[in-house]
Amino acid sequence: MWGYIGKRLLATIPILIGLSIIVFSMMALIPGDPATAILGAYATPENVARLNQQLGLDRSLPEQYLTWAGNLLQGDMGRSYALNRPVSDEVSERFGATLILAGAALVLCSVFGLLAGVVAAVRQFGWTDRIVTFVVLIGISMPSFWLGLLMIVLFAVQLRWLPASGMYAVYGGGGLADLLRHLAMPAVTLAVVATGVIARLTRTAMLEILRQDYIRTARAKGLPERRVIYRHAFKAALVTVIPVIGIQAGFVLGGAVYIETVFQWPGIGRMLVNAISTRDLLLVQGGVLVVAASYVFFNLLADVAQTLLDPRLRT
Amino acid sequence: MSEAATLEPRAPASGRPSAFRLLVRNRLAALGLGTLTLIVALVLLAPLLPLPDPDATAPANRLLRPGAAGHPLGTDHLGRDLLSRLLWGARVSIAVGLSATIIAALVGSLIGLVAGYAGGRIDNALMRGIDLVMAFPYILLALAIVAVLGPGLLNALYAIAIVNIPFFARNIRGVTLGFARREFVDAARLSGARPSTILFGEIMPNVLPTIVITMTTTLGWMILETAGLSFLGLGAQPPQADLGSMLGEGRKLLFTAPHVSIIPGLMIFALVMSVNLVGDGIRDFLDPRLKSGALVAPGPATAVMRAPPGEAAAGGALLAVEGLRTEFHVGPRVHKAVGGVDFRIASGERLGLVGESGSGKSVTALSLMRLVPTPPGVIVAGRVLFDGEDTLALRRRALRRLRGGRVAYVFQDPLTTLHPLFTVGDQIVEALRAHRPVSRREAEATAIDLLEKVQIPAARNRLAAYPHELSGGMRQRVCIAMALANDPDLIIADEPTTALDVTVQAQVLDLMRRLAAEQGSAVLFITHDFGVVSELCDRVAVMYAGRIVEIGPTGEVLKAPAHPYTAKLIDCVPILGDPGRRLEAIDGLPPPVDRLPEGCHFADRCPYAEARCRAGDIALERVGEGRAARCVKPLWSES
Repeated sequence: MWGYIGKRLLATIPILIGLSIIVFSMMALIPGDPATAILGAYATPENVARLNQQLGLDRSLPEQYLTWAGNLLQGDMGRSYALNRPVSDEVSERFGATLILAGAALVLCSVFGLLAGVVAAVRQFGWTDRIVTFVVLIGISMPSFWLGLLMIVLFAVQLRWLPASGMYAVYGGGGLADLLRHLAMPAVTLAVVATGVIARLTRTAMLEILRQDYIRTARAKGLPERRVIYRHAFKAALVTVIPVIGIQAGFVLGGAVYIETVFQWPGIGRMLVNAISTRDLLLVQGGVLVVAASYVFFNLLADVAQTLLDPRLRT
Repeated sequence: MSEAATLEPRAPASGRPSAFRLLVRNRLAALGLGTLTLIVALVLLAPLLPLPDPDATAPANRLLRPGAAGHPLGTDHLGRDLLSRLLWGARVSIAVGLSATIIAALVGSLIGLVAGYAGGRIDNALMRGIDLVMAFPYILLALAIVAVLGPGLLNALYAIAIVNIPFFARNIRGVTLGFARREFVDAARLSGARPSTILFGEIMPNVLPTIVITMTTTLGWMILETAGLSFLGLGAQPPQADLGSMLGEGRKLLFTAPHVSIIPGLMIFALVMSVNLVGDGIRDFLDPRLKSGALVAPGPATAVMRAPPGEAAAGGALLAVEGLRTEFHVGPRVHKAVGGVDFRIASGERLGLVGESGSGKSVTALSLMRLVPTPPGVIVAGRVLFDGEDTLALRRRALRRLRGGRVAYVFQDPLTTLHPLFTVGDQIVEALRAHRPVSRREAEATAIDLLEKVQIPAARNRLAAYPHELSGGMRQRVCIAMALANDPDLIIADEPTTALDVTVQAQVLDLMRRLAAEQGSAVLFITHDFGVVSELCDRVAVMYAGRIVEIGPTGEVLKAPAHPYTAKLIDCVPILGDPGRRLEAIDGLPPPVDRLPEGCHFADRCPYAEARCRAGDIALERVGEGRAARCVKPLWSES
């Protein structure tokens, strides 16, 4: 088991290298000369050349990549000139907020998606099944940023139950209770689509598994039906659904961009949108890299969980 | 027949759920198609409709609510007409979504076709690249691309298209891979056609449906994602507007004039939902699995829909099966798998149930404890008296107590019948604890005893083993141990040795015989092998096309079969050390159980058949002491 985890961990290294190369080359491909951009249109050619040399831009791309990757490994992602602070500081601060939001959404979509899928499969053709199927259809067709606005209008403006934006109250905020109050709407909104996808898949997986011979065996043993479904069938369904939850982590991390914008959540998504508008490319680079790496990590986690569940994968 | 007819209206669960489901689905798809057509028609006609200029500002009329005179949906913060902007915006959104889909489909399909057809290193390189792109969170990659290209509608379009290329590449590659090895492609290759000709002339037409399906399923996302980028201010730039940018602008007025953002959002929702409904409809239509209704989960117990049975015959037997009929209702067809079966088993007695595959012997065995899957299986008549109690009338709870308690099953293929994700110990312990209030520790001790009883070496260590870590013979021993867990009065063994090696078969048979004798359990042994029956069973019942055609003591039936079918079946058994014996196959096939002939079902294959064999129903009649046959002129009889 530990050997397997180690192997999987090693296998993520080439993926991370590949990601860093893509991100690096994207930024290198951007037309225009950074030195001119920084110094302005009236800079002398000597000054531009000197700055290019300082920034290492006069060297070959592979050389530039190696220097950049070396700095990256030491936690140096350069400096954001719009914010005038190290990119790594800004990114790590923002990333925490995004992780809280995405983590909450992932927990919500896993719990409710699995539950809805199982119930729909067990009550196949019944009203529960039809309602779940229909709600799922609505959920995955709805623009999440619009749903967020609707929630704000309803719960913040009309009912005044929950705060409309931010992570903590401006005055007298802080603490877990305050965080949860601010987290509720964005997390639910972010989870909706993923919940639908997971519910759909769980339903299909359960229907497939309930037809298997070993379910008949479980029934022939005289197990209570609840145990047959929630232990025997559900465990087998989880094995197929878990990789999909891993993939949903990617959609949730990406979708956070919208949700953070709608709810003014101080996460990395909102930072990226601002950075793109201000052309703060080092900040974009750092943000994209960190989120992509965390997605690789989520997938690794899903892989390990799947292996824990299914002994046949442990070889 | 008449019974089934009267019961027809009461049988919705067994009927045609798949057809019903398809109908509902299609109705939803039709709804989607209707909505989509309406939106597209409105959007296409927008230049011809009497609408105000979508960009004409009128500060005096700013933020009018929906329903205002001249502005059915109201106006925005610059006094522009929302209805007009909505239609013109939807025009842009649809055009961008569609273009992105087409670009992604073209590029992605090309990559998929080439990778799937070329295989080897090209395939490997292309797919590694695709994997790398997919290692990015979906929307994040689109953002990064926009960051590089700069904000703007066209750049957003490219970003969304690029991000979706991997979906097409993967899907199309998979399908192409299947076709690239087919005969017609080989033929084209041998005739000297160029790879590009083969790819686009031979393979492409076959792959096209998959491309279309992938397009319909991704179009919805693409519209959503472009709207999303515009919402963030990275797509359409003013004065150009699509639905997303309208929503983004309206967001600033959320607290004062929510309609300005809610209306365009509603349009996106309606658009994407109808696209998804149509896409689902198309996929369901092309997906044969859903069409046949194969994906239906069976309930916990077989449905029983029988006319109230009459008085039970005199008791005494441990198990008495009377007039059992089990059918499978698949669409309009009714497969009569078991068509009126009667037999009895006394305590400690071993009865063999013999027949070809499809004769209904396994369905009979499963019907006893109502383990036939419903849908499509339904028990339509008869009675199964276990210790005087009708299992077909039992409540679920009582039935559950019998299952695995007094009546235990051993199934055919131990690889599929054991749960792959639980240890052997877990599964035996579970069987024990389902019927006895024992602690886990006690149950584990009992489980070790059981494993030793079925002669599994190092039993204590095997508790932690998973089924895939054991050999076939060992797995079947585990199943037997599990069946013995609660000292059952009756063991129903459904071809328990068929999936095993011949040497292992003998060991397992030996084990079953010994253990059943030790515990005094009765056995119902289902097999297609007369040799096995002669070794194990006191009595034998022969099934053909859903009915018992002969029943009697094993030795006597073997020596002098009464039914021609039994005689033929015995002739099929090879005898060790007698190579001169001619093995006779039975000519012809059993009749299909959804179209059974009148009279004797075996008549068409019987060398002795005559007119009266096909005249009417033939009863299972006594031919001697404890023997009966369903034949008008049995080969052997007492008289």
